[in-house]
Amino acid sequence: MSRALITMPATAKRGDAIEIRTLIAHPMETGYRRGDDGHVLPRNLIRRFACRYDGETVFEAQLYPAVAANPLIVFSTRATVSGALTFTWEGDNGFAQTETALLTVT
Amino acid sequence: MIACRPTMAPSDIPAVPRRRVLQAVAAFGAWVAVRPAVGDAPPELGAAIRAFADGAPVQTGRITLEIAPLVENGNAVPIAVVVQSPMTDADHVRQIAVYNEKNPQRDVIVFNLGPRAGRARVATRIRLATSQRLVALARMSDGSVWQHAVDVIVTLAACVES
Repeated sequence: MSRALITMPATAKRGDAIEIRTLIAHPMETGYRRGDDGHVLPRNLIRRFACRYDGETVFEAQLYPAVAANPLIVFSTRATVSGALTFTWEGDNGFAQTETALLTVT
Repeated sequence: MIACRPTMAPSDIPAVPRRRVLQAVAAFGAWVAVRPAVGDAPPELGAAIRAFADGAPVQTGRITLEIAPLVENGNAVPIAVVVQSPMTDADHVRQIAVYNEKNPQRDVIVFNLGPRAGRARVATRIRLATSQRLVALARMSDGSVWQHAVDVIVTLAACVES
């Protein structure tokens, strides 16, 4: 498990767009760099990020080597119903992590 | 027999007024400054843009790629992409992509959005191997494709070698 941070408001008015900031600890090794021994460091990337909310994937991203280490992804979603937002990161070497955050809609 | 060609004395050279030369140079400069970004995009970057557009004409406007023009550390460069869109069911941004010119790979990141995004603004942090051009593209729900190209100068490159 990597450390993941999700910053978003705990409550929102129905219909408002809320901003969500997600950060996850991950080296995002590009596969282009060489280590001290001269060998190419094997590629180790997060490839895909998705956010599910209210029964639907509301946001998705495909990540490439040009995304910096510890990927930050900032996006928005419209508050529809109170409930959990599910965030998933998937990558090389079977990397998969899921986090949830609760949103109360008034 | 040697054909005798009339020689031209320096004073016979047709005089091109200096003003006209300067005007031509200025016009060329202006053309370079406003040239369309896709037409002369470096071949690989142009190919990436065409692949994203998938036949749709690539228009300029509606999308803004926010990035510092002078980047000190290429290992983590904050970028944001904002698209002018009401984000309704009828009119929304479907996809946002960022491409680069001189990293080992053209793709940077692709975002898939929909009307439930509420706001067409995304941000992340990227790596830049050297000073280069970046292009952000947006695909709308009506199929139109918009772009914004930005040239950035990078002082400390993201380590590609080691």
